[in-house]
Amino acid sequence: MAIAPAPATGRFARTAHVARKERAELVARAVTAAMAAAMVLPLLLIVGHLVWLAWPSLGLGFILDAPSRGMTDGGIWPAFVGTLYLVGISLLVSTPVGVLAAVYLNEYARDNWFNRVVNLAVINLAGVPSIVHALFGLGAFVYAARFGYSILSASLTLAIMTLPVIIASTREALASVPMAFREACWNVGASRWQTIRAVVLPNSISGILTGVILQVSRAAGETAPVMFTGAVFYKSVERGNLFPYALTDQCMALSMHLYTLATQVPNVKESLPYATAVVLLGSVLLVNATAIGLRVFLRGRKKW
Amino acid sequence: MSPDSPPETARARPRRSRAAILAERALEAVIRLSGVSAILFVAAIFFFVLREAAPVLVKDQFSLAQFLFSTEWYPTSAQNVRYGTFALTVGTLSVTALAMLLAVPFGLGAAVYLSEFCPPRVRETLKIVIELLSAIPSVVWGFIGLTVMSRLIVQTTGAPVGVNLLNGGIILALMSVPVIVSIGEDALKAVPDSFREAGMALGATRWQLVYRVLLPAARNGLLAAVLLGVGRAVGETMAVLMATGHAVHIPTGLLDSVRTLTANIAAELGEAPAGSDHYRVLFLTGTLLFLITFAVNLTADFVVRGVRRR
Amino acid sequence: MSAAFVKRIEVRELRVAYGSKEVIHGISFDVYQNEILAVIGPAQSGKSSMLRVLNRTIDFAASAHWSGTVRVDGEDVRRARDVYALRRKIGMVAPLPVGLPLTIYDNVAFAPRASGLDDEHQLDQLVERCLRQAALWDEVKDRLSSLGTALSGGQQQRLTIARALSHQPEILCLDEFSIAIDPVTTMRIEDVLKELRRDMTIVLVTNLTQQARRLSDRTMFLWDGELVELDRTEVIFSSAARSQRTRDYVAGVFG
Repeated sequence: MAIAPAPATGRFARTAHVARKERAELVARAVTAAMAAAMVLPLLLIVGHLVWLAWPSLGLGFILDAPSRGMTDGGIWPAFVGTLYLVGISLLVSTPVGVLAAVYLNEYARDNWFNRVVNLAVINLAGVPSIVHALFGLGAFVYAARFGYSILSASLTLAIMTLPVIIASTREALASVPMAFREACWNVGASRWQTIRAVVLPNSISGILTGVILQVSRAAGETAPVMFTGAVFYKSVERGNLFPYALTDQCMALSMHLYTLATQVPNVKESLPYATAVVLLGSVLLVNATAIGLRVFLRGRKKW
Repeated sequence: MSPDSPPETARARPRRSRAAILAERALEAVIRLSGVSAILFVAAIFFFVLREAAPVLVKDQFSLAQFLFSTEWYPTSAQNVRYGTFALTVGTLSVTALAMLLAVPFGLGAAVYLSEFCPPRVRETLKIVIELLSAIPSVVWGFIGLTVMSRLIVQTTGAPVGVNLLNGGIILALMSVPVIVSIGEDALKAVPDSFREAGMALGATRWQLVYRVLLPAARNGLLAAVLLGVGRAVGETMAVLMATGHAVHIPTGLLDSVRTLTANIAAELGEAPAGSDHYRVLFLTGTLLFLITFAVNLTADFVVRGVRRR
Repeated sequence: MSAAFVKRIEVRELRVAYGSKEVIHGISFDVYQNEILAVIGPAQSGKSSMLRVLNRTIDFAASAHWSGTVRVDGEDVRRARDVYALRRKIGMVAPLPVGLPLTIYDNVAFAPRASGLDDEHQLDQLVERCLRQAALWDEVKDRLSSLGTALSGGQQQRLTIARALSHQPEILCLDEFSIAIDPVTTMRIEDVLKELRRDMTIVLVTNLTQQARRLSDRTMFLWDGELVELDRTEVIFSSAARSQRTRDYVAGVFG
């Protein structure tokens, strides 16, 4: 909404007061726009800088090759496939549990004080620091459950990390289906589950999917929760091997690999850590962009 | 026919098969189980962290007061082991405070721009950019701090080393801004249009509307946005680990090296033998962090609830 | 007027409350086979709550609790063996038209499919029969696979009636069905009800007193949760009504 500037003469003429107001308005517009730009531009510059320095190493070979020469050169394949494993297994666990739990909380649970506390706890647990998740994984899976340092422990740690957010975003998707639809189904003698299956779930699947995809990128990017539960400095894996790890093995992870190259490997080829950062960043942004695209696409196909 | 017995119904309605009914009951049992177990997993986080920490609490040599308020952190000393986390807490607070000092004005300014001044096309694009910004992994931010930002700081301030409080503060600010912007924008958008229309009818310019009407009306939501930004900053691990340096002391200047509670755990957990006092104290630090961030997020949640109820 | 005075519904001392607020203060009445019983009264009189007790959908309201006895065909609804069968015996039409986000065909086929009917041929026949009975068939017969939510308000309300008919109810309850639709559709639905009353018992909650006068055999006047008067329609709408409040409400003195 633009406000038309005051005319030159007449009752609504531009007085000094009005002129001052309008100047203040223009200044405010400019300043806040600059603030928005200040958020975005530095990042574009930084990413550009990263890509520039990563350029010598970037290429398909970089992703498929294993590290060589004591990790000072080569590619990132063991870490890349390790991250695929970790993310895949963790989401295999957290998605069904999270979606069904959200269905329970939103469709079945009675609205009493206990469930409101539970709801609060679930939402707030999404904000727990990642290092605390690492400690939890260490205490619960590595030691208490005796899974040891392994892909299993690391994946389960990531699963617990993504679970509260999947529950929250699924609940939001379920709640966006109007109550009137459910009542219409109950009135004709359908059970809760029949209602959920026919009307509620099909119309929230897009929101659920978006929420899950966003957690994929989060799980791929986290370092601390896997660093102390199953990801390691180095693991020997042949180029392009898609099935190198067993559940009880330890693995390399892309996020941790970046940390390793940046802080633990002396004399590393300069473009290597930059290229690793670019691949990690690129993968994460690609997944998120897919989720956003999906959301926009499905918003256009709304049924009511 | 007696009025108390059901009349014979000529209408025979189809009935569900027993198998279908049993299958549905089983599925609903699975759903209930998921609901309950999700709740348990979530409570388990606190329980297991506390469980590893607990034994050290009851030891004679351990003092909770020292843990919380002493600045001397010497966990590996042979003769005089001390577990004082105060310097780390100050490290966390100083990095967070600096980050908020930078992020809040820019974040709220950008939120105002996005909500009130921005043309619709630009808004859609900006919102997507902000969402992508908030998806950047913390280890990548840490890497940026370690390389790009560090070089920048050394060049502009002449400091010997680029990883310090300033570096961590800037990186954290860049990380927290998206949270503040998106929630702040939600809060401003939630102010009913009738407020804006009333102001305009009185001859206010857009900017006057913002600072006289909208900012006060959206006060709660904006506060929640800031709190959630704080929560994110306090809980951040990898980025500060890589960007702030390693000195465990109370910082005296922006270019001092600091260490936060989170980074400290990450740095030392690998070296502490399982079951040792050092190990348990690190878990205790984790419990402390959990409580702090939980409290901050809970407060933000309650503040936001005040907005929604309107 | 019904020939057989068979009692279909028996309500005794029904009290309904939401939390600590009681909305129905102990009402008792009967509903007989094949009659149209109109329930009139101003807003917030408890009319909708009363209907929701009949088919036990009040169970879904978090803070609701009720006491008293409600029998449908002699069976106590509170102890119904199969509450879904009860809901299928009673058809319910809500005030706001609702087309489910399914195809029109699936909207009507939803209830029979949910009870286990999956024979395509039988479903086709049932869908056509119900849409015809609801006076909607001619308008939608060529677009049965389009979305139910894309219909107009009046069409969606007739679709709701078709859905209600799809599980062959013996008692049809309508809760202020005309408040969100145009007068032409309202008249068409009233014609539908006149047809349907041959096969079923109808409880018609309405805020249009003239509608009650047009359609019903008996009329019940509910005011602020109390049953003020229940009698033959001719009596309620004449000076012979026993309560002054009834005569005032019917005359439009208050609403």
